[in-house]
Amino acid sequence: MRVNFTVNGRPQQADDVWEGESLLYVLRERLGLPGSKNACEQGECGSCTVRLDGLPVCACLVAAGQAEGREVVTVEGLAEHARRRAAGAGTPPEPAGTSLDEARRWTAAPDGTRAAALSPVQQAFVDAGAVQCGFCTPGLLVAADELIERNPEPSDADIREALSGNLCRCTGYETILDAVRLAAARAGEAGPR
Amino acid sequence: MEFLRPGSWEEALAAKAEHPEAVPLAGGTDVMVEINFDRRRPDHLLDLNRIGDLYEWETGEDEVRLGASVPYARIMEELRAELPGLALAAHTVGSPQIRNRGSVGGNLGAASPAGDSHPPLLAAGAQVEAESVRGTRLIPAEEFYTGVKRNALAPDELIRAVRIARADGPQQFSKVGTRNAMVIAVCAFSLALHPRSRTVRTGIGSAAPTPVRARAAEDFLAAALEEGGCWESGRPVPPSAARRFAELAAGACNPIDDVRGSARYRRHAVAVMARRTLGWTWDAYRSGGRDSRCA
Repeated sequence: MRVNFTVNGRPQQADDVWEGESLLYVLRERLGLPGSKNACEQGECGSCTVRLDGLPVCACLVAAGQAEGREVVTVEGLAEHARRRAAGAGTPPEPAGTSLDEARRWTAAPDGTRAAALSPVQQAFVDAGAVQCGFCTPGLLVAADELIERNPEPSDADIREALSGNLCRCTGYETILDAVRLAAARAGEAGPR
Repeated sequence: MEFLRPGSWEEALAAKAEHPEAVPLAGGTDVMVEINFDRRRPDHLLDLNRIGDLYEWETGEDEVRLGASVPYARIMEELRAELPGLALAAHTVGSPQIRNRGSVGGNLGAASPAGDSHPPLLAAGAQVEAESVRGTRLIPAEEFYTGVKRNALAPDELIRAVRIARADGPQQFSKVGTRNAMVIAVCAFSLALHPRSRTVRTGIGSAAPTPVRARAAEDFLAAALEEGGCWESGRPVPPSAARRFAELAAGACNPIDDVRGSARYRRHAVAVMARRTLGWTWDAYRSGGRDSRCA
């Protein structure tokens, strides 16, 4: 079957989708968005967390056909999502990804030039050293970003609750909590978003 | 496999009548796991996500008519006053990601003895609103569970809603697991005080082939409270009565030894949870039922 939906602000169409396929499979294998990770396939680990119409969900438990006509944000679109949120509602979406023109103009950047734009939560994970093997990071980023959007001043209990569906097997929870606290503190300094 | 996507409840009923073997799919937190692991390959998936009615609830004088697909996240946030037992249980389901999708209708459809919503439904008093093209019928929760992962639905029926009595007194839910999140109950217990009818109702999960009520325990406690004039005086439940209540609750179990726990442990844990939930709810009742809003 064919599935049409919006991913990171860009209309997408997937063809020849098997009816029992998950949204996660469509994102990874058909749309070339491998940021959402495929681990447990049963909603236990959170590594495939994406936002479906704004809500964090496990993409492995959403049937592809259920995404029809809906909006999905993945870790690949997190920086753009955060940018639009900071700019306020009504900012025209800038499709995530690289346009054909940009790709043609691409050259290797000299050392010292700025890397890809990161969302505040992503930057906080980098700064706090909250990434070890990196496999659980995308799901944690999506969940943490949604938490701070919903609750700009989360308590430790709020953070633990929001991340309770995401497993990290490198025992990195302490630095992950640090990263979320850091992102929330920085958002507070930046004033209301 | 065919993916059926009815746009309305009527279309969904028609599709289920035409394809009785179709597997209803809402939150996907059970069905998609089975498909991902190749444990199930139905000919038809019946997607209910586009039916807005299933995501709404109506609060009446005596009951809440809870749409089958209302996610646990909304129950725990918005129905705490009307359905305190169910709201507490909802909060223990999976994780935020799971609670954003999973629903009581899905729990009932799957009819797992470990489903978190069953004990509070039994304790509060609930009826499952089952509908087909032939009409609607109300199935009391205690008659809905017919076996391990089996329910009383006819092949052409779908769950439209659950009608749950509004709390008229304190309610509690307790669950044993190895951590706070992402835990399938080793066993679970829910208790609801019903001061208006001077009764107590219970619900036990994961300790028998189906969720069950501990009726002997309920009857014993109601008699003990009546005899002691406890409802009027608000005096504490005598420790001997609480102990007997716990024993009778454990006696209602018919558990198995499995990977999550032994039968003996489950009986013991149910007794402990029965005693504790009784203590918590009775304390709340004595202090003027601040933990529950009377209708």
